[in-house]
Amino acid sequence: MTRADVAAVILWTGATLYAVFGGADFGAGLWDLIAGGAEKGARPRALIERSLTPVWEANHVWLIFILVVLWTAFPEAFGAIMSTLYVPLTLAAFGIVLRGAGFAFRESIRSIEAKRALGASFALSSVLTPFFMGTVVGAIADGNVPVGGDGDPFSSWLQPLPLFTGALFVASGAYLAAVFLVVDARRAGDADLEGYFVRRALTAALVAGAFAVAGLFVLHADTRYVYDRLTDQALPLVVVSALCGLGVLVMLLRGARRGLRPLAVGAVVAVVWGWGVAQFPYLLPTSLKIAESAAPPETLAAVIVVFLIAAVVVLPALGLLYWLSQKELLSGE
Amino acid sequence: MPLLDALPLAASQSNLLAARELMAFTLAFHIVLACIGVALPAIILTANWLGLKRGDDDAMRLARRWSKAMAVTFAVGAVTGTVLSFEFGLLWPRFMERFGDAFGIAFAIEGIFFFTEAIFLAIYIYGWKRLSGWAHFWSGVPMVITGIGGAFSVVTANAWMNQPQGFTLDAGGKVVGTDPLEILFNPATGYEVPHMLLAAYMVAGFLVASIYAVGMLRGRRDRLHRLGVVIPLTIACIATPIQLFVGDTAARAIADHQPAKFAAMECIQETGPDQTEYIGGICTDDGVKGAIPIPGLDSFLVGFSRDTVVTGLDQIPDNEEPPADTLLHLSFDAMVGIGTALMGLAIWFGFVWWRRRELPRTRWFLRAVAVSGIASVLALWCGWIVTEVGRQPWIVQGFMRTEEAVTEAEGIWFAFAGVLLLYAGLGTVAILVLRTLSRRWREEDEETDDSETPYGPPGSMGLNPEPGSGNRPVGGKGVA
Ligand code: HDD
Ligand code: HEM
Ligand code: HEM
Repeated sequence: MTRADVAAVILWTGATLYAVFGGADFGAGLWDLIAGGAEKGARPRALIERSLTPVWEANHVWLIFILVVLWTAFPEAFGAIMSTLYVPLTLAAFGIVLRGAGFAFRESIRSIEAKRALGASFALSSVLTPFFMGTVVGAIADGNVPVGGDGDPFSSWLQPLPLFTGALFVASGAYLAAVFLVVDARRAGDADLEGYFVRRALTAALVAGAFAVAGLFVLHADTRYVYDRLTDQALPLVVVSALCGLGVLVMLLRGARRGLRPLAVGAVVAVVWGWGVAQFPYLLPTSLKIAESAAPPETLAAVIVVFLIAAVVVLPALGLLYWLSQKELLSGE
Repeated sequence: MPLLDALPLAASQSNLLAARELMAFTLAFHIVLACIGVALPAIILTANWLGLKRGDDDAMRLARRWSKAMAVTFAVGAVTGTVLSFEFGLLWPRFMERFGDAFGIAFAIEGIFFFTEAIFLAIYIYGWKRLSGWAHFWSGVPMVITGIGGAFSVVTANAWMNQPQGFTLDAGGKVVGTDPLEILFNPATGYEVPHMLLAAYMVAGFLVASIYAVGMLRGRRDRLHRLGVVIPLTIACIATPIQLFVGDTAARAIADHQPAKFAAMECIQETGPDQTEYIGGICTDDGVKGAIPIPGLDSFLVGFSRDTVVTGLDQIPDNEEPPADTLLHLSFDAMVGIGTALMGLAIWFGFVWWRRRELPRTRWFLRAVAVSGIASVLALWCGWIVTEVGRQPWIVQGFMRTEEAVTEAEGIWFAFAGVLLLYAGLGTVAILVLRTLSRRWREEDEETDDSETPYGPPGSMGLNPEPGSGNRPVGGKGVA
């Protein structure tokens, strides 16, 4: 592996972690959005708030990580993507502001009307933000970002594949979130809520699966390079993802909870890596290769060293945070 | 955009203006929260430490409340910072494309600090109830370190834009080799980073102190309020004299390395020795109008001698002159003026505390503290205007002009309008939320209920003061 490939793996690792943790946060926002009126939705919303509060900011940093690694290690690709897909990216940035602020403010305030308005801002942007991010990823995979940038600001992403990818992002986040919340509800000893999120997890799993399959057809029609590799080199990962997904369905239906979360995460991780393998060796299929867009070797070395330090410093700290939060040692008050 | 094309400005000029305004506005918004994020943890931990070590319940209560306020400011800081990261690419794609591999390294390091900060912030803010006292205190300490590290990384990236080095270009101007250490430790790092860090401690300290000073002016003179002034004010006042020293070093370095910036901010038209220092005034081609002149002082400040030759704008090619020299000059003067005034405040406070171990008794002191927060924010903004506008027309001094860096995307003015609206809402709601918190605390104080005492059942953590050690008076019997 060259240094550029290692940097690409680092980038993809960040993307995976964001897809899992950021995705689940977005998904929780979706469930918050459709939890119903203030009274009916009070209990699921409380569970969501409790699960999300201590971790959402840390989960959000993966996005920063992706941006920074992309612009440092692959500046040309970064410039091309940003100068082409600026419409969905700007909308996603607006969504991030509304979402983060809505969530943080809602927690500190007690008046019901204010809570409702802020909650709506949080929940609505939790759906729109991943959708627009998905369209960005879809547009890249679709080959709509020209090398050198300045591609068409609309037709680059208002296409079937990007739109499907956006929907898939929303659905898979909702699926992960529901599975996580099933386990959280079980730990809180709330059988009602557990059932409530089991039903939602099942629905979301089916919807996400349907989008994934439909996406394959769109890929087949539009984006042959990615499709061919997805059904060839990346096929094992696709199969793993499907098996994990089925496993989750079975466990949900049979009430088994141990290992539920890893399995659900596995389904998403396998898809993300399947996608990565299918795009390889391109950053912008089929026009800009990883090696062509890479920064000078010293910069790549710096990125790799920084990543290793981060792995030593950040991962244990992150583990501590999740552990404390799972042990319920971090309470809202 | 047909609408924009119809405007008299050429589209790309208009884009440049819009992009610069947008960048400046979002940065100015973020930097205030960033200062709070960098320095507030140290202020909170000081109060927390007093609470644990001396069993001071008031200090403990302050620490707990400030940490709740920090949850709000940190969230706003995080989202506005994310917007900035997007903007680098959205507004300046050509800059990132060409120099991302050099400029970006500092940001890669910053990622580590952001992460660690977000993690320990969460543990600290949400750990009050269930963690034990000292474990909780130590969970906050990494925030202080990550704040410093984060500020170093971002500001050193900016320093590199002012004094770029550590890269090799091929014939086409593409970066083909880098030296990460030279990039991270460029000549401007040495003054920009400490200057910014001290500014963060001043801004956060004076802001918090000013809020409690306003409370005292309104008649809430209990020990909690006095402590709420004393702790942050002490920290800010320690930073102030060092800040003046660092700023002075920065000015001399600028005179050396960025003569165009220096000439514009001092309104020096003609190169030569014995330059007059102008305080205030409007810069024109034939001298400064309406300023207070001090003959020879400028040369003296730059080289400790009236004979020091200082470069004037006459030596700078027209197309490399910073725009708006009056703005630069007044911003610089305002920063220095505010810094000097805050130094006066620090001396006043320090002297009275040294003699009497209490706050000065006159209301004028509280009034001065009450405006010090806003004043330090103004100084902060002015400093950034000097740095950024003073570097124009360059985005990377000497290597890339800002107009080459800007995007060709359409509709930046619309994005700008949207951001203005969004941030106006964001700022308003943030302030409302903070005020709600403060009103709730005031009500709690009136009820004097102890539900707020942290760390589990009362007394379990040795928090109840030992006889004779707790509840020391701070600031004597209050101000007259
Ligand atoms: C509380 C805020 C504050 C105060 C009181 C001062 N400054 Fe400052 N100054 C800043 C906050 C600041 C800053 C954080 O806004 C800047 C922008 C970039 C930087 O590194 O620090 C800055 C920049 C800045 C620059 C430009 C650096 C560059 O372009 O790279 C100079 C020459 C000075 N300062 C000089 C001074 C002097 C001589 C001061 C007082 C006697 C002073 N500053 C007080
Ligand atoms: C162009 C400049 C800047 C960019 C692109 C930027 C980017 C960011 C980003 C992405 C975050 C969010 C991190 C998170 O999710 O936790 C953030 C927060 C933060 N930034 Fe900035 N930043 C800039 C300028 C600055 C400056 C000049 C400072 C300090 C001196 C600073 C200090 C901080 C701090 C301490 C935080 C943590 C959040 C907080 O405490 O409010 N930033 N910034
Ligand atoms: C956080 C405090 C900062 C403030 C308040 C600030 C202020 C400004 C201002 C006023 C401008 C507009 C210049 C003009 O209109 O002529 C500007 C531009 C810019 N700044 Fe800064 N700046 C800050 C920090 C930074 C940092 C840390 C970086 C990079 C690491 C940075 C990068 C830029 C860029 C890329 C531009 C656009 C190009 C330009 O007009 O110079 N800024 N900033």
